[in-house]
Parts: sequence; C-alpha cells; structure tokens
Amino acid sequence: MKAKSSTKTLKVDYLARVEGEGGMVVKIKGDKVTDVQFKIFEPPRFFEAFMRGRSFEEAPDITARICGICPVAYQMSSSHAMEDVLGVHVDPQIRRLRRLLYCGEWIESHALHVYMLHAPDFLGFQDAIQIAAKFPDVVKRALELKKIGNELMTIVGGREIHPINMKVGGFHRTPTEAELKPMIEKLKWALDVSIETVKLTSTFTFPDFEQDYEYVSLRHPDEYPITEGRLVSNKGLDIAIGEYEKHFQEEHVQHANALHSVHLGHGPYHVGPLARYSLNYDKLTTKAQKAAKAAGLGTSCFNPFKSIIARSVELVYACEESIRLIQEYKRPEKPFIDLKPKAGIGSGCTEAPRGILYHRYRLDSDGTILDAKIVPPTSQNQKTIEDDLLKFVQKNIKLPQDKLTWQCEQAIRNYDPCISCATHFLKLRIERE
Amino acid sequence: MAATLNTDPAEKVLVIGIGNEFRNDDGVGIYVARRLRKLNLPHIKAIEHLGEGAQLAELWKSKRSVIVIDATASGAEPGTIFRFDTAKQPIPTKFFHYSTHDFSVAESIEVSRALSVLPERLVVYGIEGINYSQGNTLSPIARKTAEYVLDLVIEEVARTTMRKVHTHQE
Repeated sequence: MKAKSSTKTLKVDYLARVEGEGGMVVKIKGDKVTDVQFKIFEPPRFFEAFMRGRSFEEAPDITARICGICPVAYQMSSSHAMEDVLGVHVDPQIRRLRRLLYCGEWIESHALHVYMLHAPDFLGFQDAIQIAAKFPDVVKRALELKKIGNELMTIVGGREIHPINMKVGGFHRTPTEAELKPMIEKLKWALDVSIETVKLTSTFTFPDFEQDYEYVSLRHPDEYPITEGRLVSNKGLDIAIGEYEKHFQEEHVQHANALHSVHLGHGPYHVGPLARYSLNYDKLTTKAQKAAKAAGLGTSCFNPFKSIIARSVELVYACEESIRLIQEYKRPEKPFIDLKPKAGIGSGCTEAPRGILYHRYRLDSDGTILDAKIVPPTSQNQKTIEDDLLKFVQKNIKLPQDKLTWQCEQAIRNYDPCISCATHFLKLRIERE
Repeated sequence: MAATLNTDPAEKVLVIGIGNEFRNDDGVGIYVARRLRKLNLPHIKAIEHLGEGAQLAELWKSKRSVIVIDATASGAEPGTIFRFDTAKQPIPTKFFHYSTHDFSVAESIEVSRALSVLPERLVVYGIEGINYSQGNTLSPIARKTAEYVLDLVIEEVARTTMRKVHTHQE
C-alpha cells in the first residue's frame, strides 16, 4: 500500500474496479494534530433502499453482493434476521454447516489480510510481491491456506465468491459427509500453518500504542462467537441482538457518505478480531489459547497493531473448529425448513471477519420487505479508526513524514477496513502547516 | 520461447477476461471473453473473472499460455490499448486494480513470478476506458476497442499455435 499512497496513484486507485473511493486526511499545525477525517466520497450504495419491495427470500443473495470478501457474513446475518421474523430455528446440522461455511470465510479472509496485506507493513516491504520474492515458501503457504478457506466455501456454499447455496431456512443443497471428509486432512495442515502464523506475527515489532477501547462483539455461552450470541462489551453492554438499535446509532458526518456508528452514551467503539478475542478468550480452543499465550498476547489486548496476532489466533480457531464441525456432521434429511411468510420485524447479527454485521428487516404478511437496515463492521469502526489516527499521529508527530505516513496506513489496516461494504477506497494524506 | 510451448499442441490458450460488468467500461475484459466464447475457436478457452488475485494465481499456475484482458485507468487517451508481455517486463501496478484489502491482477502476476509459477507465456491486454460509474453498458470507444482487441487476441493465439505446430514438426 505504500506505493498507493503517492499522489501518482491517486487517480488510478479510484478509477479501477474498486467499489468506491475515499481517503484519510490528517492535518497537522506545528506540533499539533488539528483534524483527522476518514473521508468517503462514493455515493451511498442504496442497498437498504432497494431491498424494499423484494421478497424476504431474496435478501441473502442480494445483500451478499455488497462485498466480495465477506459475502457469507451478509448471507448469514440476513438469513438470521428473516428467520427471526418468521420465528423459526434451523436444524442443528444446518447450523453446523453454516458455521463451517463461515469458518471458510474467516480462513480465506484472515489469511489474505495477515500475509498479503498487513504483514508487508511490519516487514518493511512495499507489498506482497516483495514478500514473495524474499520469502517464497511463506507466501506459497499463505496462498494454500487461503485456498483451503475458499474450498470450504465452495463445498458448502456452492462457490467461493458470492456463494449461492445459502437460503433463508437452510441451504438449497447440503453436502454429503463424503464430500466434506477430505477437507479434514487439509484443515489439519492449515491448523499447523495457522499456529506457525501466530508465531511469525508475534515476532513483528509493534508500535507502543494502546487505547482504552470499548470492544463490542457477540458472546455465546458455549462457543467462540461467529454466528450468534448476545452483544456484549468490556464497558457493561449486554443486550440481545434485537436491542441493537436502542444502543447504537449511525450518524451522518459531512466528510463521508458512509454513516459513522456510535454506542449511545459511550461514543466510538471497536469491533473485529481484537474485540472478539478480548471478550471471548475463554471460548477459544486450547490450541488457540496456547498459541496466543506463546505469542505473549494475554487474555485481552488493547494495542490495535497486535490485531494481526489476534487475527492469526482466529485462524487457528477457525481451522480447528472446521475439523470438529466436519467430524460431527451428519447430513440432515432435509436441507431447509419450509417457511410461511408473516408480518413482523426481525434482526440478525453475525461476526464477519472484520466484526459484527447487523441486519434488520420489516416484512409484510406476504414476506415482502418493507424496510431494511444494514450496519457493516467497517462503518462501526470508522470513528475508532479516526480516533486511533488522531492519537497515534499526535504521539509520533516528530517522525519523518514518510515514516509517519507508513505507520498511519499500517494503523488503518489494523482494522482490515472493508470500505467496499461501508462504501470504498482509501488514500492517506498528511498535511502539515 | 516458441520451442518451449510445443509439448502439448492440443493445449488451449487460456484467455481470462477480467472486470466488473456492472461498472460500465470495467466490464470490457468480460465483454471480450464472452465474444470469444461465442466464436468457439479451437485453440482458445475463454473465461470471465472478477480479478481476485489469489484465485488468478491458482488459475494460471498450471497453464502454459495465458492471455489476460482487463480495463485500465492510467489516464491515457480512452481507447488506448496496452500490451504487456510478462516474460519481458513487470506489470506496472498503476495500470490495474489496487484495493485496500484485495489482491490485484498486477500483484498476482508479480507474486506468481516471484514464486516461479508464472505461465511460460502470459500476455496482458489493457484497454483504457472512460466511464467506470455504475451501469452495465460499455462506452462506444471501449466497445470499439474491445472488438479490435478481440482480433488481436485471435491473431496472437493463431501465431502461438502456428509456432507450436511448427516447432512440433521440427
């Protein structure tokens, strides 16, 4: 991303296939940071508006199109919201498959971010190309790890980008046990590589920087949160998903088209791997805990740069959890439950790789969507990203411009910002007066 | 280079049209791939792709001869055609998609090179578009250029195939 920060790449960045454009501007006067703005220029994406008038059954497939990196999250949150309206619960085996599909998305998304996008920042490389040249075996392993996540998504979801097999009430088709079993050996390899990944990332040098975050994530009594749970925080929040909008609000700010979320009465909050990890350490597997401990991560962590370790620990968890899920899987008799539409309001919230993704829908008696609300993780993190930048730049204001710019970009990538979900693109500029 | 391509004369050249057809001219690579598929030529296998780099690397790592067609936004005159032979030069990342958390076409090619999994022959055609806003219609200049690139690709494949046959006969 370093190359992308120079002015010469600006116009290219926003013209090509990126789903939007935006940027970060940091203004410095003398020794003081005067302003930080996470700017997003892309016109709002209107997904909420054009869901109106569509059938409830279309929501998973339409909303999956919001993001090519985390389509499963959209399919899952929307399906759960619809099932909430209709008052149905899926078969335990269907639930297991959904969790497995989600693990596939975590594996492919986390592997890509840890190795190809974030690691270059720590290793002093411009990009993944330089890592590949210097450490080809590491990059080969990373790509293989990502591929295993993609394979899970293909087997369970029908294809790896924008899976087509999910539906409200279950799946169109469930895989056989025999189709899933061969993945176990691959996942065992992926588990070993993930443990190595935690070790590797723990050797990076991390800026000395901590923030008093309010971490928000799901929490489930029996498992590390992926698909369901209550919404909790380290500052006293403990609510059902249906209460989300009583506690969180989206605000429009002049410099961005995406909405900024705040926890009412509290302010900005932080979602994603560090939040999940810090609020659910006790729910990790023994192997994941052991890897985290060896990496010196502690049971919670407030240094955002160490999100790369937390993300790696989650790779360990996702691989191990996938193995368990496949071993316990018994193909259900029916791939989905029959649904009768009814009027009502329902919500769903799941843990996308980047943090909680909230959906709420209001349906007519025939299942037509009357109203939709979608809050992606990156829009929830935007205020926190601005806040990190403000404090980080202030603390490191004496650094030379190029080093400061480098570290600011690194700080933004701590959040693996999915600006295509919250609208898109990132360009960092530091202005000094 | 031709002599290295003759081990399997029946192997088709993989043509990958990359883009997002819902961003107007960004779909120009997809357009060419679809045109090629309709022509159903014997030496070409044409596919469409969104351009996610890790998948691209996986797709071409076992292939010998690949042609990639993608839209560019370099600031050049709309309708400009760029041709990069990866055997001769690195791909300038400024020509192709670069995102905060995706892995671009150019990165994919260069990572493949670093990992020694680049096909023996990988040629990239870039078509400079003009309109990348939301919509599914190519601008007249992008469409016209796409038709021209279609001919260039067919010629390129024909040349490659002839070379294969020639060297095979030798």
